[in-house]
Amino acid sequence: MSADWTSLSAARLADAVRKGETTAEEVVRAHLDRAQALEPSVKAFLSLPRERALERARAVDARRRAGAPLGALAGVPVAVKDNIMVRGEETTCASRILKGHVAAYDATVVERLNAADAVPLGKTNLDEFAMGSSTENSAFQKTTNPWDPACVPGGSSGGSAAAVAARMAPLALGSDTGGSIRQPAAFCGVVGLKPTYGLVSRYGLVAFASSLDQIGPFARTVGDAALALSVIGGHDPRDSTSARAAAPAPAPAPAPKDLKGLRVGLPREYFIAGLDPEVEKAARGAVEVLKGLGAEVREISLPHTKYAVSAYYIVAPSEASSNLARFDGIRYGFVDRSAKTLEEVYEFTRGAGFGPEVKRRVMLGTYALSSGYYDAYYAKAQRVRTLMARDFKEAFAGVDLIACPTTPTPPFRFGEKTDDPIAMYLSDVFTIPSNMAGNASVSLPCGLSSKGLPLGVQLIADAFQEPRLLAAAAAFEAARPFPVLKG
Amino acid sequence: MTRYELVIGLEVHAQLATRTKLFCGCATDGFGETPNSRICPVCTAQPGTLPVLNEQAVALAYQAALALECRLNPVSIFARKNYFYPDLPKAYQISQYDKPFSEHGRLEIRVKDLPARSIGLTRIHLEEDAGKLLHEAAGLTLDGSLVDFNRAGIPLIEIVSEPELRSADEAYAYLTALKEVIQFVGASRCDMEKGEMRCDANVSVRPEGSDKFGTRAEIKNLNSFKNVKDAIEHEFRRQTELLEAGGRVIQETRLWNAETQATVAMRSKEDAHDYRYFPDPDLVPLTAAPERVAALKSALPELPAAKRARFVAALGLSAYDAEVLTGDKALSEFFETAATAAPAGAAKTVANLIATEFLGKLNAEGRGAGAAPFPAAHLGRLAGLVAGGTLSSKGAKDLFSRMWETGKDPRALVSELGLAQVSDDAQVREWVRQALAANPKAAADLKGGKQAAIGALVGAVMKLSQGKANPAVANKLIKEAVQA
Repeated sequence: MSADWTSLSAARLADAVRKGETTAEEVVRAHLDRAQALEPSVKAFLSLPRERALERARAVDARRRAGAPLGALAGVPVAVKDNIMVRGEETTCASRILKGHVAAYDATVVERLNAADAVPLGKTNLDEFAMGSSTENSAFQKTTNPWDPACVPGGSSGGSAAAVAARMAPLALGSDTGGSIRQPAAFCGVVGLKPTYGLVSRYGLVAFASSLDQIGPFARTVGDAALALSVIGGHDPRDSTSARAAAPAPAPAPAPKDLKGLRVGLPREYFIAGLDPEVEKAARGAVEVLKGLGAEVREISLPHTKYAVSAYYIVAPSEASSNLARFDGIRYGFVDRSAKTLEEVYEFTRGAGFGPEVKRRVMLGTYALSSGYYDAYYAKAQRVRTLMARDFKEAFAGVDLIACPTTPTPPFRFGEKTDDPIAMYLSDVFTIPSNMAGNASVSLPCGLSSKGLPLGVQLIADAFQEPRLLAAAAAFEAARPFPVLKG
Repeated sequence: MTRYELVIGLEVHAQLATRTKLFCGCATDGFGETPNSRICPVCTAQPGTLPVLNEQAVALAYQAALALECRLNPVSIFARKNYFYPDLPKAYQISQYDKPFSEHGRLEIRVKDLPARSIGLTRIHLEEDAGKLLHEAAGLTLDGSLVDFNRAGIPLIEIVSEPELRSADEAYAYLTALKEVIQFVGASRCDMEKGEMRCDANVSVRPEGSDKFGTRAEIKNLNSFKNVKDAIEHEFRRQTELLEAGGRVIQETRLWNAETQATVAMRSKEDAHDYRYFPDPDLVPLTAAPERVAALKSALPELPAAKRARFVAALGLSAYDAEVLTGDKALSEFFETAATAAPAGAAKTVANLIATEFLGKLNAEGRGAGAAPFPAAHLGRLAGLVAGGTLSSKGAKDLFSRMWETGKDPRALVSELGLAQVSDDAQVREWVRQALAANPKAAADLKGGKQAAIGALVGAVMKLSQGKANPAVANKLIKEAVQA
């Protein structure tokens, strides 16, 4: 059998490897070949160590030959966002300050991928330290949207989204602090899941904003996203914020045939003036699909939505200003050797090592935490966050899921928002609330714009309601299949 | 001339006696070891690592706080204290800020014969230590500096007193009492030479009788109790002279220089860091479950003050002996084990042996009571041999030396060496006969009523018997022989 391994799902590939229909090496080689052919235009990867990936694949094949039962992701290549540690691989966060930094250990999610016999393929591009919505803030390269090379792939996990959309990998890991999985998933026409805060260990994810960061999967099918979550999720004693009560994440199940009894809320604050008409139409179309499956749809209110972006841009930079302080040129990463004094070591290293968006946020956060301003900014933003979480709790008393557009606009073009940070920040207006409340959300492809660009719908569930969220997503996907990018 | 009064508050850091660091699994025994031999990705702040709280550290911190009569807060919060320094790997220290784990404690102190005073403790909080910068290696001054992270992440408690101490002697007494309590509960070894206990002093002066505080100076680099006392006395002179000359004290941090016996300005209040404290999002709030607190409280050992009172009341020791025996936890345990092995009523003999023989040997060899060459029960048996009349005090002293050298049981040594005291009249009478014959003048003096002469005769008997004769029996038989 000479299948095109790059068009199959992760579940199907793992099955083929376990049954011996093919080898992990063959599957990985097919994806590497495709990636190498497409990389000159897509530029999804910051590193793609071909030989090491093949070695890992051969090790999986050797285990199978030795009679060992193979795991849930046997031989499945997984692209890993370059802010997640893979031992022995360079981990740069797309920043000059970490150029050449080789990870000393595996992130918990990478350990779990390895334990499931997956094969980490390479490290994907991102906005520097995951700060951005277009991957244009990478210090090294611009990743293009596989649907249109003039458009951004979204961000910050743009490399992971593009890699899955371009079928360089069936699965990828990203991180989502304010929409960094869901927004690029929407822009690239793939499934992007942000799990409940605490469901997936953050150990080995370079912290941007610790109370908001969450690792999650990109996939081309809901089933694959669920499969990936079942591998990477669950309690980790090395992450104190990891949920203890969280049962192992859900196993993939056949899509429910209908959604009878499911109550879906449409927040009126999300369907507002300024929302791109094509995006609105696609989202409403998706809601009609849910209705057609038997879901009850009603309007709801999340009254504090209007404060979400402002509060987020206090909380996230504040935490970032502290999290990024360790990049000081003393122990690892870039250091400016011309520095003569300790003060200069810090100034030169951080001055040349960080890009402008990172500096902007470090300064914002440093200011917001300063003595005398703390109560007016950080403490107040945390109170807003509490109110937003309460909005969701109250909404989920009456509905099972919330549906809304993932992004306010279709994919935009390179340079379109780089001179206007606020416009860029508003790309995440619909995704930030889920991070602020710590609940679960997924972006699903739901149509194409008039220019043929992907559009996404977001489904949000209460914390730890991933089974319900993914079941509804799977039913939606079955009722409204989305085209895989050809070529 | 105005008379001034000192106002002192102390901030003491004590290293908790845990096996591993506060937020990772690295060992805490790195003092004096190869630099950076006790480190891991977490305590060197590799990107992506996260802290996990050491529960043993929490238990020890709670026990210290309970012993110091603090209230444990049901919920406390870890906060990040942000500042850049090469010995601080994350560029923030995980500490506690506005919600420490305990507050409102008390500690009783005594200065010589003055009545005891109760000093308030503002708070105790948990935090991690930083690493250490090395400016020289192998005796050579380095071009740059090196950093050793063995100490980074070691668990500390910071104990903050109220500004209620009024003299350098009180500060000294406070530190002594604090160390005693913390060591007794096993929360810290408090070995100052290893940096396991460190102290900063906030010192101000005010006219006697005033109820307002003066401007304070914070004195750092105080690495012995004596330094604390000396520095406070120096500050008192410096600040009063300043005020008397019409100047004013400015709020600043000053460093103690033990060589010049003076403090020097380090940084003023204006240069103070803005630490930008905020709750650490990597850690969850620390909750003190009532059952856990109750269990830790019931597991607390008897504290020194209570022990002293019991030694005096139940064992009949002098206040001085009780004080000596509780000055060190290992010593008090050694004493109690020895006293248990001694016959009833012999506790005082045990205390005497410790005061006269045991401490002398320990000090001479620089050992702690825990490192004695024989078990405590042996000392109890030695006291039993003395109390039962088998050994004279001279014999006990000799036997003690042999016990120290050999580690053997005193009963075995007595028979081995034939050291048992001879009280048998027939045997002692023979020695008395010889002594009288050899010392006719003393015998005649005694017979003539000169009672003092008996000393020389008893001495002669002891010499003839190689110290084995029971002196009381010899005394009695000499008198009988002379009067006969």
